[in-house]
Amino acid sequence: MHDTLKKPREIIMVSYAVRFPELAAKSKSVAGEVDMDPATVEHDRQRLLAVERLILETICFNFTSKMPFPYVIKVGRAFSATKKLTKLAWRLAIDRRSIADVFRIQVVSNSDVRSPIVTLGSTSFFHVRVNNLYIVAVTKCNANAALVFEYCYRFISIAKSYFGKVDEEAVKNNFVLIYELIDEINDFGYPQNSEIDTLKTYITTESIMSSAAAVEESSKITTQATGATSWRRADVKYKKNEAFVDVVETVNLSMSAKGTVLRADVDGHILMRAYLSGTPECKFGLNDKLVIDKNERGMGDAVELDDCRFHQCVRLDEFDSTRTISFIPPDGEFELMKQVSINVKRETANTCTNFNNKLSATNVVIRIPTPLNTTSVDCKVPSGKAKYVPAENVVVWKIPRIQGGAEMTFSGTAQLTSTTNRQVWARPPIDVDFQVLMFTSSGLIVRFLKVFEKSNYHSIKWVRYLTKASGSYQVRF
Amino acid sequence: MASFRAPPRKGENFELSADLNSEYKDKRKDAIKRVIANMTVQKDVSGLFPDVLKNMQTDDLEQKKLVYLYLMNYAKTQPELVILAVNTFVKDTDDPNPLVRALAIRTMGCLRAEKIIDYLCDPLQKCLRDENPYVRKTAALCVAKLYDLKPELVVENGFIETLQEMIADSNPMVVANTVAALTDIHQAAVAAGSNADVFAITSTVLNKLLIALNECSEWGRVAILNALARFETEDDRESEHICERVVPQFQHANASVVLAAVKVIMIHMRNVHSESLTKQLVRKMAPPLVTLLSNPPEVQWVALRNINLLLQKRPDILSNEMRVFFCKYNDPLYVKVEKLDIMVRLAGESNVDALLSELKEYSSEVDVDFVRRSIKAIGQTAIKIDEAAERCVNVLLELIGTRVSYVVQEAVVVMKDIFRKYPSTYEGVIPTLCANLDELDEPEAKASLIWIIGEYANKIDNADELLGIFVDTFTEESYPVQLQTLTAVVKLFLRKPDTSQGLVQRILNTATKDCDSPDVRDRAYIYWRLLSTDPGAAKNVVLAHRPPISLPRTTVSPALLEELLGEVSSLASVYHKPAETFVGRGRVSAESIPRKAGDLVDDQLVTQRALQTVVIGQQAENLLNFDDPADVDDQQPSGIAATAVLASTPAAANLLAGTSSNPLDDLVSIFGNSGMGSTSTPAPPQYQNAFAGLSFASPITPAPTAPVTPSILQAASPVQSQPQQAQDDLLGLF
Repeated sequence: MHDTLKKPREIIMVSYAVRFPELAAKSKSVAGEVDMDPATVEHDRQRLLAVERLILETICFNFTSKMPFPYVIKVGRAFSATKKLTKLAWRLAIDRRSIADVFRIQVVSNSDVRSPIVTLGSTSFFHVRVNNLYIVAVTKCNANAALVFEYCYRFISIAKSYFGKVDEEAVKNNFVLIYELIDEINDFGYPQNSEIDTLKTYITTESIMSSAAAVEESSKITTQATGATSWRRADVKYKKNEAFVDVVETVNLSMSAKGTVLRADVDGHILMRAYLSGTPECKFGLNDKLVIDKNERGMGDAVELDDCRFHQCVRLDEFDSTRTISFIPPDGEFELMKQVSINVKRETANTCTNFNNKLSATNVVIRIPTPLNTTSVDCKVPSGKAKYVPAENVVVWKIPRIQGGAEMTFSGTAQLTSTTNRQVWARPPIDVDFQVLMFTSSGLIVRFLKVFEKSNYHSIKWVRYLTKASGSYQVRF
Repeated sequence: MASFRAPPRKGENFELSADLNSEYKDKRKDAIKRVIANMTVQKDVSGLFPDVLKNMQTDDLEQKKLVYLYLMNYAKTQPELVILAVNTFVKDTDDPNPLVRALAIRTMGCLRAEKIIDYLCDPLQKCLRDENPYVRKTAALCVAKLYDLKPELVVENGFIETLQEMIADSNPMVVANTVAALTDIHQAAVAAGSNADVFAITSTVLNKLLIALNECSEWGRVAILNALARFETEDDRESEHICERVVPQFQHANASVVLAAVKVIMIHMRNVHSESLTKQLVRKMAPPLVTLLSNPPEVQWVALRNINLLLQKRPDILSNEMRVFFCKYNDPLYVKVEKLDIMVRLAGESNVDALLSELKEYSSEVDVDFVRRSIKAIGQTAIKIDEAAERCVNVLLELIGTRVSYVVQEAVVVMKDIFRKYPSTYEGVIPTLCANLDELDEPEAKASLIWIIGEYANKIDNADELLGIFVDTFTEESYPVQLQTLTAVVKLFLRKPDTSQGLVQRILNTATKDCDSPDVRDRAYIYWRLLSTDPGAAKNVVLAHRPPISLPRTTVSPALLEELLGEVSSLASVYHKPAETFVGRGRVSAESIPRKAGDLVDDQLVTQRALQTVVIGQQAENLLNFDDPADVDDQQPSGIAATAVLASTPAAANLLAGTSSNPLDDLVSIFGNSGMGSTSTPAPPQYQNAFAGLSFASPITPAPTAPVTPSILQAASPVQSQPQQAQDDLLGLF
């Protein structure tokens, strides 16, 4: 869809050759391309796109108009137009644009579009962009916008889990699979089963034969796909029954130049990898204030979670009434819950160095923006490596490891060139990425994870904590 | 297009055709894939229809899917050929494999070819009662597809009754799809004008839905919650019961489920009379709303637009959560803009300092549009919170100090609003503003500064000098600036008659002779007449006291707000517009939007205000004495200028007696009768423009945009404070 941006340019070039034959004669290139000022070309390109848009508007974007031809002739007669004009109109009318073309012209190549929903005439386009691909949903109804976007993102995550990555190449290589997937997860505009685990049982890269043996298999699949636990197969078996719980917290922080914390909150995710046989019933407990009344953790008190949201396997009604998190986990990896806690104490602000000496932050990346006309930066750092990246206008300072409590200073001198047109520098904030293992900035800890199964097997549970920041730990200066 | 009758002899399609008929299985399958690939990039492969069709009967499920895909694409253009496939379809619906059965019934519903449909009914009948839930849930949706194509077939075959029975199905997924199908059919039936209630939700159905709600997939939950939103409860208890059962869904990971739950609660809360329960529900609603902001930006945006609506109804919902809405540096602009709006809505005395420092920060960002909006937000905060006004003004002064052109201009516009709200409070700021006179190049900023100079003409020593600059370049300025200059000079003259006599003469001359805008000319004539006939009256009119401005609490009319809250998370709620305006047959005229019952109450309000307007108009005496009818034809007073001419016409009497239902109807008829002399048209187009200008003007910036004199402004203001309703009514009129 996005390679067609070149097309207007080609049309313009041809038009120049016709309009300025004297320049075309001088042209060196084989195609007779005229050497034009890029600004003029850009200007003409915009004009051309505007004309295209105008024509589209004139034909009202009515993609369902079946037969414009009789009207073309009627209108032609009414205005007693020449045969030539009528012919041209006929040709325009016959050129029925597909929805994809309209989207390309109106959204992809239109830099003014600043909203993820665009309504043209009575057709609304919802789009999500990922790696230069547009995932577009089209409707003529008063659709449920949140559902559409959730669905788009779900589609992306399904595609990711099937192809590894979502980009142009993956789409080109897997278009048959994509058709199959869309056919399965969406029927008549209503999203159906979108559980990756279940989908993978019957939409595969190798073909399934519908032989007699497969019939039984299919019945099983279909029962699972529609059952109350659509996310889990019934016949899972493991030699070793293990469950891994990862508590991952992403710190969102913005600090003003003076060091006051403008906003500090934590997006927590509890990821679980369950390798458990049968249909286990799990109960899960946190040191959450909602559950625990009194202090349990040495110095600090129980953590106040402002809100949490659960994977669909968690029984919400039970959580609402008794505050227990109980569920039958899907097989393999899934996100059990997301939680937000806003009332994080000031210490979050300095998480980077404020934790226990025994812990250490790894993979610390500090990105310091530089003015746009920087040519080179001379940096002095006590540890790690600092490098100026001209393409992004930042100095990237990478520190593999910082001990807790340590303090480090960065000093650097930037060489600036003097430029004629002074571009405004946005002074983007300094961005810090880091990871701290075995530490949660909200103080959340897992108190227990109990697994109950009919066969009453023994299961091993592992818990890991990780606090990280990526792209959302910002310090203004 | 019709090349299928004679297969091509060469080229890619010819090769494909050969491969499709190959004796090797793999080759055939590969060929089908290539056909689909060509179809995807919009090459015409319809000519291969018979060849592809030959490959339909196969054990390979993937190949079957591909052939079906091809059929779906071309069935509409080649219905007579699709008939050939019908037998295979019907046979497949009897296949022992449930996946094949479901696939066949799903595809048949998608073919959308008239001829196929007649063959669909029998297999569908069977599949609706299939033992496998996967087939049943697919068949349920197929009924909706069929209804879309041929409703009478659905009714004849009793499919609707079958669906209604299926709500009691043991499988939650089947229930969810049945609900989705019934809702779809219900909507289509209502749109077609049918009165039959296709999907009546009774209390028994309600219980089944509530049970299925906790068991089905996330998408199914949305469908069920939508159905719950439609249920009409009989008493408080039922509403409370629904609310209690729906509240746990707030914890769902899927944002659309959360928003659907919010919708149900908002609808059923209307019937909950228990104060404590309402409070509890509102309290429980806040955290999930905040959590919605940790979603991807598009979902955030939908959530923010809806939060904006929710806050208009219940401003207290998120009162302590303003910090959550602070913009992140890498938020997309559309998210930032919505956050700004919500931040202003949540602003109060306790958090105004944090808000101001945040807004100041935004004002130094690069995106011009965002910076302007941030500055506007500062102005709105000043108008909203009296105590913070001074701090806001200080922030604005700092911003003006940066001397960045667009920042200064926007700040000037905002200052004007602050002067409107707090007259004669911040006069000390005026010199700073005037110092930036040369930097202003945008009409709105210029007009605002001129308005300020005119308003405080007696306190600015060199006001005549400053205004002189604009008078010199009068003809080059844009119309809003011309209008403001004109008014400001007249104000100056009325306050300091001795020093500005020449200036006023000059501008009236230029405006009446050299100006192309009828609005400017008309206003100049009116001033001229006013000043020459009765300077005292001119003073009353031009220097009249203006009502203070305030921030509107809602951006849509109360009736529309209620409607939109009933559609939370839909496209309508995102646009803050009723669905009729953007779906259906293109543009819908204003008349066809049904008037809501709630508007009646608003009407009475508008009537009262309109009455006040008329009274004010009458007090303003009969100033404009048009004795020359020819003159009138040339320069009809524009817009509401005519209110000033109001004599006691019969319509006005009618209005004062309060007998009429629509005040604006009468106003127009008053315009029509009054002072119009030879013109017989009841409502010339200018009125329309003037009204439109008024009702669409941003509520807090009336001064530069309002069309005529300050006295008119005064007259117009009551209408403006209810802009949306007025707009509805006006649109209905014209």
